[in-house]
Amino acid sequence: MEQRYSRQTLFSPIGTDGQRKLQHAHILIIGAGALGTSTAEMFTRAGAGKITIADRDYVEWSNLQRQQLYTEEDAQNRLPKAIALKEKLEAINQDVRIKAHVTDVTPWNLEELIGGVDLMLDATDNFEIRMIMNDISQKHNIPWIYGAVVGSYGISYTIIPGETPCLHCMMEQVPLGGLTCDTAGIISPIVQLVTAHQGAEALKILTGNRDALRENLVSFDLWSNQHSSIDVQMLKNDNCSSCGASPSYPFLDYQNQTRTAVLCGRDTVQIRPSSTRKPDLKRTAEDLSPLGEVEQNPFLLSFSTGANRLVLFQDGRVLVHGTSDIAEARSLYHRYFG
Amino acid sequence: MELLINGTTVQLSNNITTVSDVIDYFIPDRPAVVVEHNGNILTKENHSTVNVKDGDKIELVNFVGGG
Repeated sequence: MEQRYSRQTLFSPIGTDGQRKLQHAHILIIGAGALGTSTAEMFTRAGAGKITIADRDYVEWSNLQRQQLYTEEDAQNRLPKAIALKEKLEAINQDVRIKAHVTDVTPWNLEELIGGVDLMLDATDNFEIRMIMNDISQKHNIPWIYGAVVGSYGISYTIIPGETPCLHCMMEQVPLGGLTCDTAGIISPIVQLVTAHQGAEALKILTGNRDALRENLVSFDLWSNQHSSIDVQMLKNDNCSSCGASPSYPFLDYQNQTRTAVLCGRDTVQIRPSSTRKPDLKRTAEDLSPLGEVEQNPFLLSFSTGANRLVLFQDGRVLVHGTSDIAEARSLYHRYFG
Repeated sequence: MELLINGTTVQLSNNITTVSDVIDYFIPDRPAVVVEHNGNILTKENHSTVNVKDGDKIELVNFVGGG
């Protein structure tokens, strides 16, 4: 057992002192898909003190191609991802405390999940939750590491409150639409490249090696063999409402949340995004047409897949037919509309 | 016109004159993009005012959401 971390402590920037810091660290991983399973395994093996995992989904067959640790049995049993992952991680390292939450993360429950956390790792699949993480990070002065993948492309950036620009500085507004893993596909190697970057940065933060942080925004395309690493420090905006001089944390505000309502007796959930999100119906129709039946008129787009039909209106509102489960509806919404 | 985009040499038509044209060419309808032009990060307002010329080096980073 004493030898367990020997190869990590032999690495001189970490050493026994860094290992001791890591063993007292608490990491919050939001999302237990491809990125989340990878970083969770990494830090369970590395000997973090505590890992909290939050995810709203269950294991499906289409996950097994890239989401490590999940098995065919998990998919057959439709086991919640957070639960399935906790079981696997506890078998890998019994000394790491693993806390699993099967939940749709909101500003309100994230305020509870963040207690005692040293670092948040992004393993989510949409920008709405990332902007909430970004505001929580600024409000509680806790760093987080953005990571995202689609197709053969990946991107990562480490956000340190008070030092680096935040995601809101760089993105200005939350985009609606764009390709997702469910519309454009995803190959496993890009997942590992992004989590390698997230994991290395996390190790530096948690072992007291912030001087070694990368600082640059990195992106890669493993198929077209392109990569980019750029210094974005000058995008830090003193007037940013998330990290500027007078922050209002807009993404924690009720008015800016996606609102959901079950339409009684219709087996339908309505999802109403915040007012700044306006969809491009034509492009969305093009993205979705290979995946199911798409019908469009000047006012709305209707997309049928399996037992569900999703109707997207010009104002951004979506009706998810075929379910009265809000979490399932939100999951379908983000799967197809980003 | 020859540009170096994310480390790769790319030939583009001379109809492309601004950084905004370059973004539209490579990442149409994708609103969240960070651009570095010859070593300088551009704010969004500058995308349509900064011109590109032969030999320019551009880094295009597209924010994606999957995970």
